[in-house]
Amino acid sequence: MTTICVLYPDLLGTYGDGGNGLALAERARRRGLDVELVNVTLNDEVPDAALYLLGGGEDGPQRLAADLLRTSSFASRVRDGANVLAVCAGLQILGTTFCVEGDDEYEGVGLVDVVTSRGERRSVGELATRVGDQLLVGFENHGGRTVLNGAEALGTVLKGRGNDGKLDGYRMKNIWATYAHGPVLAMNPWFCDEILSVVYGVELEPLASVADRLYEERRRVLSA
Amino acid sequence: MGKSSPARDHVAAAAVRTVNRLSRMTGRGSGTVVGGRVGMKIAPDLVASLSSGRTVILVSGTNGKTTTTSMIVAGWGGSVTTNETGANMPAGHVAALVESKSEHVALEVDEAWLADTLASTRPSVVVLLNLSRDQMDRANEVRHLAERWRKALEAHDDAALVVVANANDPLVVYAAEVRANTVWCDVPTSWLADALSCPKCTLAISHVGSAWHCTCGFAKPAKVTTTLGEELVIDGTPVTLDLVMPGEFNRSNAAMALTALHCVHVELDEAVRRVNAIPSVVGRFSVRRWNGHVLRLLLAKNPSGFAAMLATLPEDGSDVWVAINARVADGHDPSWLYDAPFEMLRGHRVYCFGDRRLDLATRLDYGQVDFVVVDDDASVPTSKETISLLANYTAFSDWLARSES
Repeated sequence: MTTICVLYPDLLGTYGDGGNGLALAERARRRGLDVELVNVTLNDEVPDAALYLLGGGEDGPQRLAADLLRTSSFASRVRDGANVLAVCAGLQILGTTFCVEGDDEYEGVGLVDVVTSRGERRSVGELATRVGDQLLVGFENHGGRTVLNGAEALGTVLKGRGNDGKLDGYRMKNIWATYAHGPVLAMNPWFCDEILSVVYGVELEPLASVADRLYEERRRVLSA
Repeated sequence: MGKSSPARDHVAAAAVRTVNRLSRMTGRGSGTVVGGRVGMKIAPDLVASLSSGRTVILVSGTNGKTTTTSMIVAGWGGSVTTNETGANMPAGHVAALVESKSEHVALEVDEAWLADTLASTRPSVVVLLNLSRDQMDRANEVRHLAERWRKALEAHDDAALVVVANANDPLVVYAAEVRANTVWCDVPTSWLADALSCPKCTLAISHVGSAWHCTCGFAKPAKVTTTLGEELVIDGTPVTLDLVMPGEFNRSNAAMALTALHCVHVELDEAVRRVNAIPSVVGRFSVRRWNGHVLRLLLAKNPSGFAAMLATLPEDGSDVWVAINARVADGHDPSWLYDAPFEMLRGHRVYCFGDRRLDLATRLDYGQVDFVVVDDDASVPTSKETISLLANYTAFSDWLARSES
């Protein structure tokens, strides 16, 4: 059984972030792959999992989530190869430091060499990122400005702000991070399948669903 | 803000009336907001001068503002000044206060405008219903909103203000606990996803039955004035609540509306009789006809609204229509569809309407709910059954406008 673990939806689930676990599990199931979707709330131990999902949250909850992740088995499990998709606040938490409540610097989990400071203004709106030869579409709503110190970006921003107006998120062997919050995997079936194929270590055939129509529509709107 | 002058206020009020009449006559607007804006240009403190000497009840919260305000108006009886079109910011308040000189005033207030409106109207009672995630692309994050409410209530200098507050919503309790004379209402509140982490210390709040507490000591208020279970009891008096309108949430809204009326000494027996008889509020819950279909229009704007409204649907596998837009008044980001418990629609076939019907259809598909994407409205086969149509804000307005009673 392959476990997909949604971490702290009670702290980091502000923008429909539960949609990512749902899309991953459903697309795995429809291909006949064994999958178990587990929600871990803030009083639970972090279990063993093939993929951890981190979502977006407000300042106080984000700080608490960082504390919990720093002191749990999460970091060592990821260093041992467990996969992570980190979105929005989750993206910031995996870095060295981030800012909450004004300009107070806060210690992240330190899995990735990135630093987030307070942006000049909030980034709110549609986000389109070029990832290889694909387009990632979504919505961002955050106050951070993220600098990658050597980490590779997930992609280049075509519309919206992302990390800094030029790059969005980051990509390591077993970590994907983006500012496209909420149901980014529901809206981008190709991205969902890319993560699934790494998690399961198999090539996946395309899977037709209404999400293809949604993706085409958003791509058309955001390319205009 | 300039000093109030009776002559200038008089000119400003006349301007509000004239502009709103012109706006309605020319068909350019519903004539509630534009006149208010003109009036406040002439006299910036117009809300304060128009409220002066009147008994004001304010209603705020994420869901149920319009319905609860209508219940207060109906329950109060006689002539009551109100902003019934839902124009719930200062310009809308000015328009309402100019239109009617009634001594009794019930206003719904946008959550972000509560501080200003408390200061300007100096109400007798403010009703705080609930706080949950809503329109996050243009509104504040919900915990931040609770903080702003708390600061506003702390700063308010009128000791006579009565706060009628929902004791089961930790974010509301966080805001209202700063007042000495808060009247707590123990009413069913199903949406807790925004209050799992303590607003004071961020640790986990334990919810057991209807009780809740955090290890830091923050907890549900012990002394409640109003309790709603099978029975409604307000200040020791049983009240016969038997609403025509459906939904557990409307019972909670009514309990808080009646508590507010009790605080301004309205006789409860009379008030509840009038509240029970309300058939619908601004089209909400009304049965309409469109293109050979019979539709029951249900407004749901956010995850908690959908959770509450989905619970009212019959479990008979009947077709359900859902219409979703993401225009300015809805919020441009439909991510919240994944926070709403659409899995409750399993067993129904759901027809997807609105600008963002593909976002909805994808949400339903991943939630294992049977769906049909309606690209051509005329293509839906008619039936004799009354169909429940759930729609978010602008989609609801569209369907109300295109259908007939």
